[in-house]
Amino acid sequence: MSQTLRRHYHDCFSMNGEYVLSVDSLRKNYGDTVAVDNVSFHVKRKEIVGLLGPNGAGKTTTINMILGVLEPTSGTISIEAVDLASQRSRALSHTNFAAVYAPVPGNLTVYQNLRVFGMMYDVKSLTRRIEELLREFDLLKFRDTKCGVLSSGEQTRVCLAKAMLNSPCLLLLDEPTASLDPATARDIRTKIRQFAAQGSGGVLWTSHNMYEVQEVCDRVLFLSHGKILLEGDPKLLPEEHGKTTLEELFITVAREPLTLALE
Amino acid sequence: MNLSRILAVVLRQFFLIRGSPSRILPMFMWVMIDMILWGFITRYLNAFTNSGFDFVPALLGAVLLWDFLTRVMHGLTMAFFEDVWSRNFLNVFATPITISEYIAGLVLASITTSTLGLIVMVLIALGFGLSFFVFGLMFIPFLLVLFMCGIALGIVGISVVLRLGPAAEWFIWPVPAMLSPFVGVFYPLATLPIWMRAVSYALPPSYVFESMRSIVHGGRPSLLALAVSAGLALVYIVLAGWFFNRTYRYAVHVGLIARYSAETVS
Repeated sequence: MSQTLRRHYHDCFSMNGEYVLSVDSLRKNYGDTVAVDNVSFHVKRKEIVGLLGPNGAGKTTTINMILGVLEPTSGTISIEAVDLASQRSRALSHTNFAAVYAPVPGNLTVYQNLRVFGMMYDVKSLTRRIEELLREFDLLKFRDTKCGVLSSGEQTRVCLAKAMLNSPCLLLLDEPTASLDPATARDIRTKIRQFAAQGSGGVLWTSHNMYEVQEVCDRVLFLSHGKILLEGDPKLLPEEHGKTTLEELFITVAREPLTLALE
Repeated sequence: MNLSRILAVVLRQFFLIRGSPSRILPMFMWVMIDMILWGFITRYLNAFTNSGFDFVPALLGAVLLWDFLTRVMHGLTMAFFEDVWSRNFLNVFATPITISEYIAGLVLASITTSTLGLIVMVLIALGFGLSFFVFGLMFIPFLLVLFMCGIALGIVGISVVLRLGPAAEWFIWPVPAMLSPFVGVFYPLATLPIWMRAVSYALPPSYVFESMRSIVHGGRPSLLALAVSAGLALVYIVLAGWFFNRTYRYAVHVGLIARYSAETVS
């Protein structure tokens, strides 16, 4: 484990509280449309939580609210026991994210992007941290390449490196392996699992790849129409609801959420 | 305020400018064209009128000062547009950076780019015989007031673009040109009809150009007028900051930051 990461883990451990993320009664309305409806959940230290659901279920809206770029209609979000609404900057310094829809600027090189975002997260010993991440995500040969000319898989690796810059206590990943080949996706999954296992940070992960979710997540939350419909261990949930696979359960949530809600 | 986060905005702009002729050239090109064009016009007027009146400080000095304000405004808006063009809002505003730090970074980036433009303008103006001794020490407060106005205009401009979407940048580029008739860059305010003069009195650059003309004509600048213009400029900066903060909060409320390119207003 790198020195910077080790120091960061110590910082995370020194924080009080069992949860890196606490979401309580979160709600978001767009006029009459309810995008997220009274959602409450938490992410513990060393835990990887999968946020699952069909398109439009409210996953990205929830993540945007946790990132502080979307104001909830009601409810509270705490990151490392810091209230996001009242101490936005402090709360966000404990988090970071990677999402397929938020690539880093393509007109800057890999190094320049990591440098700029590292400064925005006020990362100490930034030069050393950048070198570590370039090595860890196999980006050394792209160091001075503009991100816009990288393949989608390479860009994803840059986004993940950016997400790890401040060794966050809460890592938000919105479909992080969507554009990666199976071998690279497996490497990334291993890195994320390592991140959670070796440190004290937690991960909130969205994915439509049920195999991946089952392999990586300790717990999953199924969202449908803005509400949490199911919660549990991804390896046990299908059987508990009379399904053979997580994918089958996902399809039921997407098409017939009421049958599960009535169980 | 966290210095590292402020400097991150400036560094990003430096990285972009350093390797991009299409960003470097506009910093000098338009001011060079303006200064050379007006330099020759003033030479012609000096030769043609033969009145003994020196048009160089009156016209070329005015062009220099007005272009400086424009460069300051555009320097700030350009730094913001880089985030618009690269769809970077989500990445930036999900960091711990505060609005005041982000604006401070844009202002610092603007100071750097507008200073380069100013140096080029001063060199060309010297080539056409403009002596800054004519203005004396008053040149510094003139520049400062215009700098503050450029910053205020820039902040209002980026607020409009944040609210209306990427296509609204069209509104921003001609703003200095739209204001120039009111502030009397080339003529005394007395030339204007009363209703236009009423607008002029609310615009700090009007006082700067009136004072500048007074000096050129051998008079003394009104320190009271300069104080009023500085006060007004300060008020406008505070109001512009308030406006951006309000616009940002609205954007966070409705989710504009996350879906910016959707241009939901249209």
